[in-house]
Amino acid sequence: MFHMRFSAYGDEHGRYDPRLLRRLLGYLRPFAGRITLGLLLVVISTVMSLLGPYLIKVAIDNHIASGDLAGLDRVLLLTLGTYLVGGACFGAQLYLMGWIGQRVLARLRDQIFDHVQRLSLSFFDRQEAGDTMSRLVNDVDTLNQLFSMGLSSLPLDLFTLVGIVAAMLLLNVRLALLSFTVLPFMVASTVIFARRARKAYRLTRQKIGAVSADLQESISSVRVVQSFARERVNQERFDQLNRENRDANVGAAAVASSFFPTVDVLSSIGTAIIVGVGGALALRGEMTVGIIFAFLSYLTRFFMPIRDLSQLYNSLLSAMAGSERIFQLLDTPPAIEDRPGAIALPRLEGRIEFRNVSFAYLPGEPVLHDINLRIEPGETLAIVGPTGAGKTTIASLVGRLYDVTEGAVLVDGHDVRDVQMASLRSQMGVVLQENFVFSGTVMDNIRYGRLDASDEEVIAAARLVNADSFIERLPEGYQTEVMERGANFSLGQRQLIAFARAVLADPRILILDEATSSVDTRTEQLIQRALARLLKGRTSIVIAHRLSTIRSADRVIVIDGGRIVEEGTHDELMARRGLYHDLYMRQYRAEAEEAESRGLAAGLDGTWAPRLAEC
Amino acid sequence: MRSLLRLPGYLRHHWRSAVGAYVSLVVVTASNLVMPSLVRYAIDLGIGSGRVSLLLWIALGIVVVACVRAVFAFLQGYLSERASQGVAFDMRNALYDKIQRLSFSYHDRTQTGQLMTRATSDVETVRFFCGMGLLQLTNTVVMTLGTSAILFVTDWRLALLSLSITPPLLVIVVGFSRKVQPIFMGIQQELARLNTILQENLVGVRVVKAFAREPFERQRFGQQNLTLFGQNLRASRAFATVFPIINTLSGLGTLLILWYGGRQVASGQLSLGQLVAFNTYLLLLLMPLRMLGPLLGLATRASASAQRVFEILDTPLEIADAPHARPLPPIKGRVAFEQVSFAYFGGQKVLDGVSFVAEPGQVVALLGATGSGKTTIINLIPRFYDVTEGRVTIDGYDVRDVTLESLRRQIGIVLQESMLFGGTIRENIAFGVPGASLDDIIAVAKAAHAHDFIMSFPQGYDTPVGERGVTLSGGQRQRIAIARALLLDPRILILDDSTSSVDVETEYQIQQALRTLMKDRTSFVIAQRLSTVRHADLILVLDRGRVVARGTHQELIRESGIYAEIYDLQLRQGSQPAGEAGPSEARAPGPDQDRRGRQAPSQAPAPAC
Repeated sequence: MFHMRFSAYGDEHGRYDPRLLRRLLGYLRPFAGRITLGLLLVVISTVMSLLGPYLIKVAIDNHIASGDLAGLDRVLLLTLGTYLVGGACFGAQLYLMGWIGQRVLARLRDQIFDHVQRLSLSFFDRQEAGDTMSRLVNDVDTLNQLFSMGLSSLPLDLFTLVGIVAAMLLLNVRLALLSFTVLPFMVASTVIFARRARKAYRLTRQKIGAVSADLQESISSVRVVQSFARERVNQERFDQLNRENRDANVGAAAVASSFFPTVDVLSSIGTAIIVGVGGALALRGEMTVGIIFAFLSYLTRFFMPIRDLSQLYNSLLSAMAGSERIFQLLDTPPAIEDRPGAIALPRLEGRIEFRNVSFAYLPGEPVLHDINLRIEPGETLAIVGPTGAGKTTIASLVGRLYDVTEGAVLVDGHDVRDVQMASLRSQMGVVLQENFVFSGTVMDNIRYGRLDASDEEVIAAARLVNADSFIERLPEGYQTEVMERGANFSLGQRQLIAFARAVLADPRILILDEATSSVDTRTEQLIQRALARLLKGRTSIVIAHRLSTIRSADRVIVIDGGRIVEEGTHDELMARRGLYHDLYMRQYRAEAEEAESRGLAAGLDGTWAPRLAEC
Repeated sequence: MRSLLRLPGYLRHHWRSAVGAYVSLVVVTASNLVMPSLVRYAIDLGIGSGRVSLLLWIALGIVVVACVRAVFAFLQGYLSERASQGVAFDMRNALYDKIQRLSFSYHDRTQTGQLMTRATSDVETVRFFCGMGLLQLTNTVVMTLGTSAILFVTDWRLALLSLSITPPLLVIVVGFSRKVQPIFMGIQQELARLNTILQENLVGVRVVKAFAREPFERQRFGQQNLTLFGQNLRASRAFATVFPIINTLSGLGTLLILWYGGRQVASGQLSLGQLVAFNTYLLLLLMPLRMLGPLLGLATRASASAQRVFEILDTPLEIADAPHARPLPPIKGRVAFEQVSFAYFGGQKVLDGVSFVAEPGQVVALLGATGSGKTTIINLIPRFYDVTEGRVTIDGYDVRDVTLESLRRQIGIVLQESMLFGGTIRENIAFGVPGASLDDIIAVAKAAHAHDFIMSFPQGYDTPVGERGVTLSGGQRQRIAIARALLLDPRILILDDSTSSVDVETEYQIQQALRTLMKDRTSFVIAQRLSTVRHADLILVLDRGRVVARGTHQELIRESGIYAEIYDLQLRQGSQPAGEAGPSEARAPGPDQDRRGRQAPSQAPAPAC
């Protein structure tokens, strides 16, 4: 459905695509009124700014030359008036267009984010977070550049160019046409230079990227480097990268530095034409000094719009590439949505049923085959099996994170596809292996389980899962800020926070993917006790790694190759001497032997719970 | 601003380019000043005298001056970039060199991100200031002086009048740049916040979906998006206010000139050409003045950046070769600690009067709780830190009396977090011996039980690893690290024998590899495994920086209560499945199993600090 693997670099250029542009412009439609107003302001401010040189021409020719001082003052006042009106219009349109541009961007961001929220988990499995991130950040930024600059400067520049041409033609056709001869050269050199500069600067970005990457690696591995006394070799390599970066930049500077001088020479030729030809015409009485002055003023204003427009074209191309990726994302339909007429689930008892369920993440590669399973309200079911056997998949299907390929998953007799997802998931709690914590306070993180919970309820939840003792020892207790990705908490602590979150949500169905990572013995004990309280009174599915959890489960199923191969209590399964027995023995015999060799009692009890590691 | 004063020292190494750039600047400025006069002569002399040929000469002059100006403008841009890039190049190299040589204790206190920022964006800010910044500042000064002089010479009253708009202009320009800078920083901050929300949402997508929190997330994002919008709007508003004011002020200058100058012309005291030229000069003057605001902002930032860069460059090296240091000759491997005490930067003693001798070829196992000083001991042997009291000797040489390179080249280190580098597997194994032959590399890889899995990759030894290459499991990385150490063929070996959790088969392979590695070398092992402790020639039991018991396993288990206790506690907690298990007991390892080693964080104690 989506074959989108793009390297997401902001400077990547797309092709001009009218459909993309039309779609982009569609975002401006709601602001048609304001844009019209903005364009009106552009017209006024351009006319005002172009009137300036003309009025000064009038002042020079009609009043200064003839000594009409009263007339001079009148014209100057008029000019001041054009400055003020023009300035006000210019400012107003700058603000207005800026407002529209930012509004559009904000809407687009919201729209993308909303859409991403609706996408189902299968999307996130396939798409790296970094890629989606890049679309929302870098690609939207390319549009930012286009909108924030383009909206305001495109009409202004175009109109200014047209206005200058018109004004010069009105003042003197012959001189105007002569001065226009430099125009094509200006445009051509601008375009050529823009292209070359783009290439040169792309190279500099690559080179500085290489420098940064090397630097990053060297710094983070400095201990190894020193251990192996590799400093000199590394220095040589860095020196080389650093040199390439310098040379690329100097090369780019050569391109960039030749740009303005070239345009300068061209515009000076224009000046020379105006002075030479204009002067000659003046001698014959066909031209006035005022017109020459006006022409010179207009000529200096020619270049800016040309340069701006060429920059605008560059950002347009970037925006093309960016918007293509954004629209691709927006056009990805969510794989799972509430069907029309889906009912809201009432409060659940918690009965779960899998009927002949098969499932494949990718067509043709089934992960689950014909699973039949009933879990009664309040029951704790442990799922055991090798990695890749399908344990997590089974758990994910209950919350309809994916849709089954065949068969049906029923909760309290309702097919999960017939109910509103929000009503289903809000009655489910999930504790994952990797317990994600958000930035914000510890309090916020627990409250994520139920947004309207009071502080007291949050604390009660934390207390229930034994999380309160470590939280209260934190410098600011529940108000302690969580660092990026929870770096200031240990794995065990993050797990306890996740437990508290789940308790607060008070779900009817609990899904627990037990963490394999080991924690210290004390935390381990806390977690075990918290777990017992968490599971009580709920239908629970536990993807179990700890022996103690498996033992306390009402029932254990063993999954292998996407099928349920064994089912029963721990003792029953051990007695059966099948796969479960094998898994168990393989994992624990070694530990038991080691324990014996120490002459210590093998303590396979709750206080020292070894892990039934995935094998 | 004092840090900026050190920059000319860096520019001196590129003085040819720098001088060239400034000479070009003067030529360009001079051409700029000549240009309006040419136009003036055209109007006054050409048109006034009625000679077309004179007009044409002047027109030609304009083109010639423009060409000269163009050539030097190019040189100015190019040479200033060359000089400033040279400065950046030197600075980055110096920083890199320094960062590599700064001691462990410095890196203990400093974040990678901090150093990165200084070597990239701070250097860039300084570079930009050294090039364009200084040049533009000079340009502003030269232009201001030049145009003012010409204006005053032409008509001092008119000059005073037209220059009267510059003070308010300066105030506005400088004030604006001061005001707009925090706004832009605010935009960056709000954007960063928005991105954090986004990133957390994407990374935590399973939690979001599990709790059906999409509406909450939408609201959170929407709110921050609105804040960002507001901040952006503040920037728009600032620009929308200031740009028109600046434009109008500049225009006002022209009007003043015409108002007063027009009267002068009418009374014959000023020529029409002079009046036109006057106006052009004023515009020439205003251009650099408008740039002054951003330039001053740049100078402030460059000063802060330069300070941060120099801070690193000025950090004294805590660990460096002594002036009289000699290369350490090939050693036998006798390591002695003599009454060694050690305290980390400003902290408490983590080692207190530690003495022991490791004879060549012996295996020394270090045992103790987290923070007991095990890691510190092994860090003192290659002199990653200097002892606070006492001394560490190798074959009788105090480690502080020999060169660092000769010392560290004879010590092999395999740490638990096996750091690999971007590049191929081959390059990674040859890390300590860059010129090693492929045969040697294969030999050590075989000894480290790494050859088989390396050959299972399509590109074999040339398989790239790291960000752009294959992802190796924890067990695989560790075996490459062992091969890397083997290639050095060190007399002294330091290793952390704990493996991150790996499957039984890999565990067995690593055990075998370690055994090969330790053979015939003086080895120091931070012991996590029972087998290591039992085979050690000397066990040092550490507690709060002191050696509380020493001897062999047999001796200690009989005599030392604390050994039994630590042994029980530590080895049990860190117990791995099947320290002694042979491959026969293991299931064939699948890729998934091996990957677990990477996901599960280590359970070994973190290095003591």
